[in-house]
Amino acid sequence: MKKKIIELKGLEKHYPVFGGVLKRQVNSVKALDGIDLDIYRGECLGVVGESGCGKTTTGKAIINLHAPTGGEAIYYPEDGDPMDLAKMSNRQMKNAGIRSRLQMVFQDPTTSLNPRMLIKHIIAEPIKEQEKLSARELEKKIVSILEMVGLSRMHLMRYPHEFSGGQRQRIAVARAIAASPEFIVLDEPTSALDVSVQAQILNLLDKLRKELNLTYLFVTHHLLVVKYISTRIAVMYLGKCIETCPTDELFSNPLHPYTHALLSGIPNPEVAAEPNRIVLEGDVPSPLNPPSGCRFHTRCPFCIDVCSREEPVLLDVGNDHKVACHRQDVVKELVKEKFGIEGYF
Amino acid sequence: MAVLLKAQDLTTNFYTYEGAVKALDKFSLSIDHGCTFGLVGESGCGKSVTVRSMLRVIQSPGVIEGGKVLFSEKADAEPVDLLALTEEEMESVRGDSISMIFQEPNAALNPVITIGDQVAESFLFHRVAEMSQKICDAIDSGESYGLLTPYYRAMLGVAAKNPKAPLLKFCSQVPFLKWWDKPVKKEALQRAIKIIGKLGIANPEEIVTRYPHNLSGGMKQRIVIAIALACHPTLLIADEATSNLDVTVQAQILQLLNDLKKESISSILLITHDLGVVAETCEKVGVMYAGTLCETGDVKDVFSTPLHPYTQALLTSVPKFNQEGELQSIEGSVPNLVNPPSGCRFHPRCPKAMDKCSTDKPELKELIPGHLVACHHADRVIGGLS
Ligand SMILES: Nc1ncnc2c1ncn2[C@@H]1O[C@H](COP(=O)(O)OP(=O)(O)O)[C@@H](O)[C@H]1O
Ligand SMILES: Nc1ncnc2c1ncn2[C@@H]1O[C@H](COP(=O)(O)OP(=O)(O)O)[C@@H](O)[C@H]1O
Ligand code: SF4
Ligand SMILES: [Mg+2]
Ligand SMILES: [Mg+2]
Repeated sequence: MKKKIIELKGLEKHYPVFGGVLKRQVNSVKALDGIDLDIYRGECLGVVGESGCGKTTTGKAIINLHAPTGGEAIYYPEDGDPMDLAKMSNRQMKNAGIRSRLQMVFQDPTTSLNPRMLIKHIIAEPIKEQEKLSARELEKKIVSILEMVGLSRMHLMRYPHEFSGGQRQRIAVARAIAASPEFIVLDEPTSALDVSVQAQILNLLDKLRKELNLTYLFVTHHLLVVKYISTRIAVMYLGKCIETCPTDELFSNPLHPYTHALLSGIPNPEVAAEPNRIVLEGDVPSPLNPPSGCRFHTRCPFCIDVCSREEPVLLDVGNDHKVACHRQDVVKELVKEKFGIEGYF
Repeated sequence: MAVLLKAQDLTTNFYTYEGAVKALDKFSLSIDHGCTFGLVGESGCGKSVTVRSMLRVIQSPGVIEGGKVLFSEKADAEPVDLLALTEEEMESVRGDSISMIFQEPNAALNPVITIGDQVAESFLFHRVAEMSQKICDAIDSGESYGLLTPYYRAMLGVAAKNPKAPLLKFCSQVPFLKWWDKPVKKEALQRAIKIIGKLGIANPEEIVTRYPHNLSGGMKQRIVIAIALACHPTLLIADEATSNLDVTVQAQILQLLNDLKKESISSILLITHDLGVVAETCEKVGVMYAGTLCETGDVKDVFSTPLHPYTQALLTSVPKFNQEGELQSIEGSVPNLVNPPSGCRFHPRCPKAMDKCSTDKPELKELIPGHLVACHHADRVIGGLS
């Protein structure tokens, strides 16, 4: 039986927009508009979607980098009662001893590491918050963490700028695991890296998850990366989760038209026959005034009347597969009929 | 097929306070007429420097140290060396024969001028003579442009022959007389609307009245493409033109380039770090590493049987649809080009490196017909066989 670690229930984050002479709130950016998502212990949940769909906002909400404006983010500790992170302040989290259990690694390792701190101090910081160690023990621990991420004792007394992008991302990962977390949000951790270095980091993250029994929320816009590293995937569109299921299921049996469009849009480095593309019309609408009904209806090739009126619910269709689309039962045939696509392998 | 553009031993250095960055080292490349050529490589390997050197728009600490860039716009014409042209001649090549689109559409668009005026501007810059001729013909066949029709006819007759004629310059300074180009401006705007519509933007009449900040990233990139197409380039260079866009919008732009290729542009040089984009849109590919070209040939050949160890490593390090097992990573990182590795620049990271690799720079050799590789190892293995 899989155990939940985080459960998002109708989580909402609206950023106010001010305007007019009196600088009153005139509207709000609906970055997250009621998102439901379960994250299980030990899994790597990939979150994909186009830029601005609210992936980063989701991650930040969980580790409490901003206060959600509605909904719940429930954390289930291994021992003890569930807690609603959305209603806790940072201080309360610290007092409950769960602040350090939830960590985040950011996209750009250049800006997320303090340039004036030695590597040794960057990694010592989260350890010191947790336990009192003698200087020698502390150093021993730091070195063992550095070795875990593929660096060594030799790197202790250097500054972040003396490292390459890939090494800096290793340091950011080292800092996150130094706090002995249970859960790490990885926000596009390889997007700023070169292709040849990306593979190193992906393999490292995968190894650490298995060795340290971590749970990841892996945010990215790159579907092949997420396919490689994740055990389960959630697809987001305009502040909503529109489909979630195990990785293999998503690639072999996608149900949402948007997921179909994403999969068919992946440029595949394997040279094969001419691919059939679902090329969507237009761009992602603004989260200031998202479309009514199904948010995808303005671009959906299979939109019918009901789509613009009623919002589809995230429906469980079995096999651990949930999808929010009025026509999910016929999408497969429609895609085949209209675009001649039967599968993506 | 005839060669359109050929770079030979192109060498470019950047003189920074750290020392000379040897960004391009005897770089050679050849693009055929009618071909979509993909140039791939990791960031910092010199893709942008390559095209900037070829067009001679390299930024300041950069100096082109040597080499040739042979360009033959007509298939049977004698090639000209772009590096030997005067700045004025080069300007006309840049405008009329080769256009370029960049990664950042915001940098290419002026925020305070409407979309319509910006695209029309491009027509006015490159196509005045042709448009004037068209209007003259229209007037001759009886079309009326109001009271001033005879004046327009006289002035446009001059413009059709030489848009830079002194008479036109003079009239442009004089009140009333300066309106001679009104019909041309109108025609330019019409063409702008037409081309924007053709690029798959709904409702172009309305779009031309907007300013860039009112458009989304994908739309802006289309406008930049429209501007580049206005001068009917023989070669369109797209430098990471889709890298900042989302997958679904990238798919739109790539399809657009593909359609354009069929009807209006002769050749495209597509620069990207995404191997998938190249595999799906290009016919030929060149793989760059640290300022040198490692391998070039048909996309099918290079991607299915890569011969250079770097290409091999690169292809196994990106996740694929049918990924099996672990990704293979390339150990180490991209070298600093102030002190590039001796011999083959890839040798410190190369699993196949031999003694020779650290001393001799490998030449780009045609080991299999149409498939060129610069590698001592491949040379020994393949060359040894044949
Ligand atoms: N601090 C903020 N203030 C206002 N709007 C924001 C802020 N942060 C993010 N947004 C908006 O919220 C939406 C979702 O952003 P984000 O979660 O960063 O998207 P993603 O990570 O999926 O690209 C975007 O439209 C963005 O413009
Ligand atoms: N203005 C500049 N000053 C110094 N070095 C530069 C400059 N522009 C580019 N370079 C160097 O040239 C090399 C190639 O850069 P570039 O062509 O931009 O790479 P890319 O392949 O990512 O387009 C890089 O190593 C970079 O450091
Ligand atoms: S020349 Fe030598 S070092 Fe360079 S890629 Fe070939 S085998 Fe490797
Ligand atoms: Mg983000
Ligand atoms: Mg570049």
